[in-house]
Amino acid sequence: MNWTLALPEILLAVSGLVILLACVIPKQDTSYGGSMAVIGSLLGAAVLVMMQDEGTAFSGQYIADPFGRFMKLLCLAGAAATLLLAIDFNEREKLARFEFPLLALFATTGMMVMISANDLMAVYIGLELLSLPLYVIAAFNRDSGRSAEAGLKYFVLGALASGLLLYGTTLVYGFAGSTNFDKLAEAFGPGQSVSAGVVVGLVFVIAGMAFKASAVPFHMWTPDVYEGAPTPVTAFFAAAPKVAAIALLVRVLTGPFADLSDQWQQVLLLISAASMLLGSFAAIGQRNIKRLMAYSSIGHVGYALMGLAVDTDVGVRGVLVYMAIYLVMNIGTFAVLVSMRRQGKSVELIDDLAGLGKTHPGTAMWMAVFMFSMAGVPPLAGFFGKLYVFLAAMQAGYLWLALIGVGTSVIGGYYYLRIIKVMYFDSTEQPLDAATPGVGLVMAGSGLFNVLFILWPAPLIGAAQLAVAALVG
Amino acid sequence: MNPGFPLLSLLTFLPLVGAAIILSVRGEEKVVAQNARWTALWTSIIVFLLSLALWFGFDKSSAEFQFTEEVDWLPDFGIGYHMGVDGISVLFVLLSTALTPLCILASWESIGTRVREYMISFLVLETMMVGMFCALDLVLFYVFFEGVLIPMFLIIGVWGGPRRVYAAMKFFLYTLAGSVLMLLAILWLWYNAGTTDIPELFAYEVPRAVQGLLFFAFLASFAVKVPMWPVHTWLPDAHVEAPTAGSVILAGVLLKMGAYGFLRFSVPLLPFASAEYAPLIFALSVVAVVYTSLVALAQQDMKKLIAYSSVAHMGIVTLGIFTFTPQGLSGAIFTMLAHGVVSGALFLCVGVVYDRVHSREIARYGGVAKVMPGYAVLFMLFTMASIGLPGTANFVGEFLVIIAAWKVNPWVAAGGASGMILGACYMLYLYRRVVFGKLEKPDLKVLADLSAREYVVFAPLVVLTIWMGIYPSSFLSFFEASVAALLARHEAALNVAKLAGM
Repeated sequence: MNWTLALPEILLAVSGLVILLACVIPKQDTSYGGSMAVIGSLLGAAVLVMMQDEGTAFSGQYIADPFGRFMKLLCLAGAAATLLLAIDFNEREKLARFEFPLLALFATTGMMVMISANDLMAVYIGLELLSLPLYVIAAFNRDSGRSAEAGLKYFVLGALASGLLLYGTTLVYGFAGSTNFDKLAEAFGPGQSVSAGVVVGLVFVIAGMAFKASAVPFHMWTPDVYEGAPTPVTAFFAAAPKVAAIALLVRVLTGPFADLSDQWQQVLLLISAASMLLGSFAAIGQRNIKRLMAYSSIGHVGYALMGLAVDTDVGVRGVLVYMAIYLVMNIGTFAVLVSMRRQGKSVELIDDLAGLGKTHPGTAMWMAVFMFSMAGVPPLAGFFGKLYVFLAAMQAGYLWLALIGVGTSVIGGYYYLRIIKVMYFDSTEQPLDAATPGVGLVMAGSGLFNVLFILWPAPLIGAAQLAVAALVG
Repeated sequence: MNPGFPLLSLLTFLPLVGAAIILSVRGEEKVVAQNARWTALWTSIIVFLLSLALWFGFDKSSAEFQFTEEVDWLPDFGIGYHMGVDGISVLFVLLSTALTPLCILASWESIGTRVREYMISFLVLETMMVGMFCALDLVLFYVFFEGVLIPMFLIIGVWGGPRRVYAAMKFFLYTLAGSVLMLLAILWLWYNAGTTDIPELFAYEVPRAVQGLLFFAFLASFAVKVPMWPVHTWLPDAHVEAPTAGSVILAGVLLKMGAYGFLRFSVPLLPFASAEYAPLIFALSVVAVVYTSLVALAQQDMKKLIAYSSVAHMGIVTLGIFTFTPQGLSGAIFTMLAHGVVSGALFLCVGVVYDRVHSREIARYGGVAKVMPGYAVLFMLFTMASIGLPGTANFVGEFLVIIAAWKVNPWVAAGGASGMILGACYMLYLYRRVVFGKLEKPDLKVLADLSAREYVVFAPLVVLTIWMGIYPSSFLSFFEASVAALLARHEAALNVAKLAGM
């Protein structure tokens, strides 16, 4: 058995247990050390991912390929960056407990399992390993009613989604006789007739995964959970798990179900269009910036899924590029949100950003970069993300989808501009506190990525190309 | 200039270096502001001096792209970093580099808050403008075309007048909404032609069936930018609220981007659709000329009046482009350049009295000539130029366009010419109310005439206005070859189709 292929996941799981023990035993606060150890093991896992061979392991349950590598590196980077943001915030909000980084670590392990899954059973295990820690950290601020509500809501709806996924899996297994991706691909291959049961199962599977990606119509939990959870937790939610969920959708739909594209394509087209529309319209009226980011993330998932929905290589490559850029924009934006506090107390209304351009020009400048980038204004990175998915949609002949895409990006432009307007055009009596150096570093890093992406787009595009080649083969 | 020297890239990105220097300056606010002003001024002057190499080094007899540079950017996609200028674009690059230092000088005292950010915005804006006129790759073009929005949005929104937020949002969203449709057209061309290189695209024949759709997609973007009636409504708002220098750049360069887009893309790439929909453009242009001139007559606000006059002048430009005659195209390009200089100067004229009285209301003034004789003379010159008095810049361009329009359709020519008459009405009416009349208001009696700095700002504009009026061929000669080549290609494309149809 070729278990060494799964070394990154094994490393994460084992180091999780070790860190848990090491943090439980001492009497004093171990949250800082815990966080650092977790970030360390995430980086270690990233190194292992890069050194990983290709192949399958655990009787075909696990697969390591360039696609997985690309997505796993995104997830690990996203998780590590958001943990970095959390350290300082949690200390100030008296939330500094070592369980937070540890739960994030286990969730990340779940994402990696999900991305590398080559079997519907492995998908389910990965998804649950991801979900259970997320339910807990959503309610991490246990003294806050809103945080507890967020956790409970997420749990109830998440359990439903898991149920849907599991039900879909059993249907597929019942009608196709296997859960292994390679065998399923054979069973649904060209010339094979497909029973209605499989199609129903497939739709359930898509629904379960769309929930994790918070795509319309399975997005209902997103605004409440994003608003209720502590800001670093929201940052974590918006970054890595979303990438993992999209990765899973891509892997499942272009892998075992590739030949059923007639069946799933309409579903995906609808999900993509509806997500873009809802994401842009519903965000207009928001006053809470975390809620706004929730709708914005729904919209972004819509754009990313546009690439998958058109079912071409170029489209899938667009998805990968989009998610990579989305991740960086998002981390940068949340770095700004985490740093939003007045006299030591964290605030989260859009109006609280008033006058930021005057009081903290650096933070405001980066936030403006992220907002323009999310709105898709060139020359920033966000524009290129959109460019590749729109290109795919046009190429595949889905002009209407591209039209919805550009239309909603103009509407989206309005609410991103509103944030810039508040920062630069309005003035304030009570300035926000300055961002701490660590948070500032994350801001500057992702800001520079957004600004400079235009100079060297080739490496990212090339990596995405390689990943897609492995997937579509 | 020896071949291989990346002059255009230098012109494009040197302002960013200046911006980076300004960004790195720390210290007391006053010191930083003064540093920012001088750094921005020197950067833009150096860029202008370098750009003079285009004036002297450009081969006027050739219609080819010159000073070209090519670097791989995304070879897998057929997108390259390709820069170059031909006769159509070269003078716009010079216009941009010439207006920027004047704008910075004009904002020397009137911008007192956040000077550092203001100067950075202006330098970034210069990068985007120059880059847009030099770009020879569709994606690169789009990046610069849209990139202009970011600094301009901030300039209007942060340093603008009382309704600046509304104006800035309207400006941004209007333009963005138009541009995204163009983006779809670009994507279509990209995957059907397999390249985004503009000279290569000229050789690609767009199927007739889709030309109409692509034409309207481009039109959506360029019509907003020009702006053409009925999508011009963002312009008066943006102009009125923008700070003086912002208005100058907006009228001087940004409005030209739309018309430049027609010349660079719509006409050469989509010959059939351009010919087919020319009557539509004529109609919109004539409406723009007559309607906005009438609206200008009724304005109470000086800046708004000049803004509406800009729409009318740009109507003449679009009229000229779609006549597809050498006179029409040359006239259109010439009008664009002349309007860039003259309307820029007019906005500066408004800025001069605004800085002193802090009102743009026409009724607030009267009899200014008695206390500001120098100002009155300059304002007179630019008023006459705007009307199109022979011997000033605007006359040549508008005259050529109307000749060309006459050949196509006398009614269209009559519509265009009525713009010149109405122009005389509203401009003289404005001039009379502001400069002449009784000097009654007490605060106007103590106004100081132009300062040395202001004379320095106006001097080059005066020279250009008269030079372009008296000896236009030193400008016309730049684009004659390119215009001829453009028209030859356009006719050839139409003829091929005619032969095939027989």
